Amino acid sequence: MDIQGRKLIKIATAGSVDDGKSTLIGRLLYDTHSLTTDKIEAIERSSKQRGYDYLDFSLATDGLVAEREQGITIDVAHIYFNTDKTNFIVADTPGHVEYTRNMVTGASTSQVAIILIDARKGVIEQTYRHFFISNLLRISHVVVAINKMDLVEYSEDVFLKIKADFDVLVGKSDFTEEQITFIPLSALKGENVTRKSEHMPWYVGNTLLDHLEVLEPEDLQESAAARFPVQLVIRPKTEAYHDFRGFSGKLYGNTLQVGDRVTVLPSGNESTIKSIHFFDQELESAAPGSSIVLTLADEVDCSRGDMIVKSGEAPSSEKSISATICQVNSKALKVGGKYILQHGINRVLAKVDQIEAKIHTDFSGTEEAEQLKLNDIGKVHFRLSKPIHFDSYHQSKSNGAFILIDEGTFDTVSVGFIE
Amino acid sequence: MNLFIPNPKEAESIYILREVAAQFERPVLLFSGGKDSITLVRLAQKAFFPAKIPFPLLHVDTGHNFPETIEFRDWLVKELGLELIVRNVQDSIDQGKVREERGRYASRNTLQTTTLLDAIEEFKFDACIGGARRDEEKARAKERVFSVRDDFGQWDEKNQRPELFDMLNGKIHVGQNVRVFPISNWTELDVWEYIRTENIAIPSIYFAHKREVFFRDGLIWTANEHVFREAHEEVVERMVRFRTVGDMTCTAAVLSEATSLDDVVAEIRESTISERGARIDDKRSEAAMETRKKVGYF
Repeated sequence: MDIQGRKLIKIATAGSVDDGKSTLIGRLLYDTHSLTTDKIEAIERSSKQRGYDYLDFSLATDGLVAEREQGITIDVAHIYFNTDKTNFIVADTPGHVEYTRNMVTGASTSQVAIILIDARKGVIEQTYRHFFISNLLRISHVVVAINKMDLVEYSEDVFLKIKADFDVLVGKSDFTEEQITFIPLSALKGENVTRKSEHMPWYVGNTLLDHLEVLEPEDLQESAAARFPVQLVIRPKTEAYHDFRGFSGKLYGNTLQVGDRVTVLPSGNESTIKSIHFFDQELESAAPGSSIVLTLADEVDCSRGDMIVKSGEAPSSEKSISATICQVNSKALKVGGKYILQHGINRVLAKVDQIEAKIHTDFSGTEEAEQLKLNDIGKVHFRLSKPIHFDSYHQSKSNGAFILIDEGTFDTVSVGFIE
Repeated sequence: MNLFIPNPKEAESIYILREVAAQFERPVLLFSGGKDSITLVRLAQKAFFPAKIPFPLLHVDTGHNFPETIEFRDWLVKELGLELIVRNVQDSIDQGKVREERGRYASRNTLQTTTLLDAIEEFKFDACIGGARRDEEKARAKERVFSVRDDFGQWDEKNQRPELFDMLNGKIHVGQNVRVFPISNWTELDVWEYIRTENIAIPSIYFAHKREVFFRDGLIWTANEHVFREAHEEVVERMVRFRTVGDMTCTAAVLSEATSLDDVVAEIRESTISERGARIDDKRSEAAMETRKKVGYF
C-alpha cells in the first residue's frame, strides 16, 4: 500500500517518434485531473504560441529545453498521477532505435509496459524491439495501445490486423506468463483512455485507465526466497543500546520473522533472527520490500555486502557467471574488459571472458560479435574476483540483476540479467 | 504472527539514505526548514535508528527567511540532537562573490548557489541530500536519485547515469559530488499525508494565519522590508498560508483557512494550483528551473 493507502502501480511506456506517447500521458493526466490550473494554462499558452488549434498535452511531459526545441523526448521522465484507488508512476521512455537504453532503464522498475502503436503504421520494427525489451525484463503486464484510431475511421479490421501481427511476436516470446491486453484508442480525442469511445462499439474491453486500475502490483515473481543484502551495520554505542548490533537492509523476495534460522553469506555462519526493528517498533515479521534492521542471536561476522538468507534457501554462489547484457553507455563492452560489477549493493571486480553472441532485438536470432555497443544486447560470460550470491533473473529480479561500472569514468555502462 | 507491510515509498527513501551513508565519506543533508527537508530528517531518523543520523544538516541562509522557519530549525536541531552548519548568502555578498539583485523581482534565491558551492568545497562534502521531488517541476522529472555534479556543481542532463532497478552507483572522482534525492518519487500529497500520519512538527507558516500581504501578477506576496514593493501596491491583511517555504522574496502565499494538518491535506487534495505555481522564481521563463539546475542550483 502507498502512503495514502492506495495501490502503487509503476508503468513504463514505449513508442516510436510521433506515436503520440506524450499526448497519451498528457491525456491521462488531464482526464484524471492531475494537471493543475497553472499547468493547463502553461500548455494553453505554449500551444497557442506555436499556432496549434488543439491542446498539445505532450508539453506537459517533455521536460528539457533540447526536447522542446526538437519536439522529441530524449530521456526518461517520471510522471505521477493518481485516482481514488491507485497511485501511478509513469517512466516515460523514448522510442528511437538509439534509445534502447532508456526503455530498459524505465522498465527496470515497472510492473506494466504500455507499447504504443500508430494504427496507420501497424506493427513496425520498433514494436518488435519494445516487446523484446519488456520480455527481457520480465514485465508481467503488457498493454498494446493502438493509438490514432480516429485516423483509420475507427476500423475494427485495422485493430484486428494489428492484433494478429502482434500475436505472431507473442508466439516468439519465451516468457509465457505475461498478460497482454490490446486497447484501441485515440489519445488526442480522449477515446478509450479514460472514457469509452462512442465510435468503437465493437470494442467491449476496458478503457486504458480502467484496465490499469484493476491490475495487481505484485510481480509474478513474488514467491521467491527471502534475500536480505546488508547495507550497513547499525552500532549506536549509546548507553541505552550499548550492545546493539543491527544489520540494516531492504528485504526482497519473501517474508522473514523472528526465530527464523538464517545463514550469512559468504561466511556460511548460521544464527537465528533475534529481533526485527523498524524505527522504534519491534516487529514479529516483515514482508518483502521492508527497509528494516535485524539482530541475530549469535555474534556472527556480517558486514556491508553480505547477504542474510533463510538456512536451506541459499542462492547460487559462483565466481563465473553468464548473463544477458544490455549496453547502456557509448563505450563498448569488449572481451578482456575489466569492470566493477555491482550486484544489488555488493561490488566485485569482473572481467569479460567471452561474448557468446549478440542478440537481435527483433526476435530474428543471434550473431557473433567482438563487442557490444550502446543499445546492443548480448550473451556474455564473466569471471569475478569474488563469488556473488545470486538467483537467476527469471527467479528473482532483485537478486538476478547487476550493473557494470567503468573503472575509469565510474559511469554505469551495462546492465546484466543473470541466467 | 503480525506481518509488517511496508509503505513502498518510505522503504525506498530509507534504502537510499542508507546507501548514502555507506557509499560516501562526507554526506550532508541540505535543510531549508521546509516540509520536504523536514520529512527527510524523519526518514533519516528511521534509516539509522537506534543510532543517530550520521551526517550534519547544512542550511544556506539567504537572510530573507521567514523568522518562523529559523525558529523551527533551531528547535528541531536541539530536539533531535543534530549537528547544524549554517552558511550565509550575506557573507557571499560581502565577499563580492555575488551581487544583490535589484528591482521589482529582486531575490536572493539564485544567489544561494554560490554560497552552497562554497560550503561544499569548504567541508569537502561528497554527497548533498536534498528534498527535491520529481513531481514538482518538469525538469526535475528527469533528475536521477544519485545525480553527479562536476567541480562547478553543474548538471549535465544528457550524460546522466542510467539508474536500473534500485542499484545506486555513487562512484565519483575527487572534486565531483553527488546530489541525492531520496524522496524523488513522492508527490506533494504523499509528503503531506506522511507528515499527518507520522505527526511530524512543521513551521507555523504552513498553517493559515493573518499576514500583511499585497497582490501582484495574480500572486500573493508577503509585505515586509525584504520584498520590493511599489507605492501603488497596497498592503492588506489576509488569512494565508504557504505551500512551500523558501526565501520570502520568492515564495507566494495562498489564501487559506486551513489551520490543522487535516485541513491542509484536504486543501491539497482539492487544490488546482500546483505547488510551484506559488514559486515566483519559476515564473521567469518556461525553462527557468532547468537553467538554474545546470549551474548548480538545487
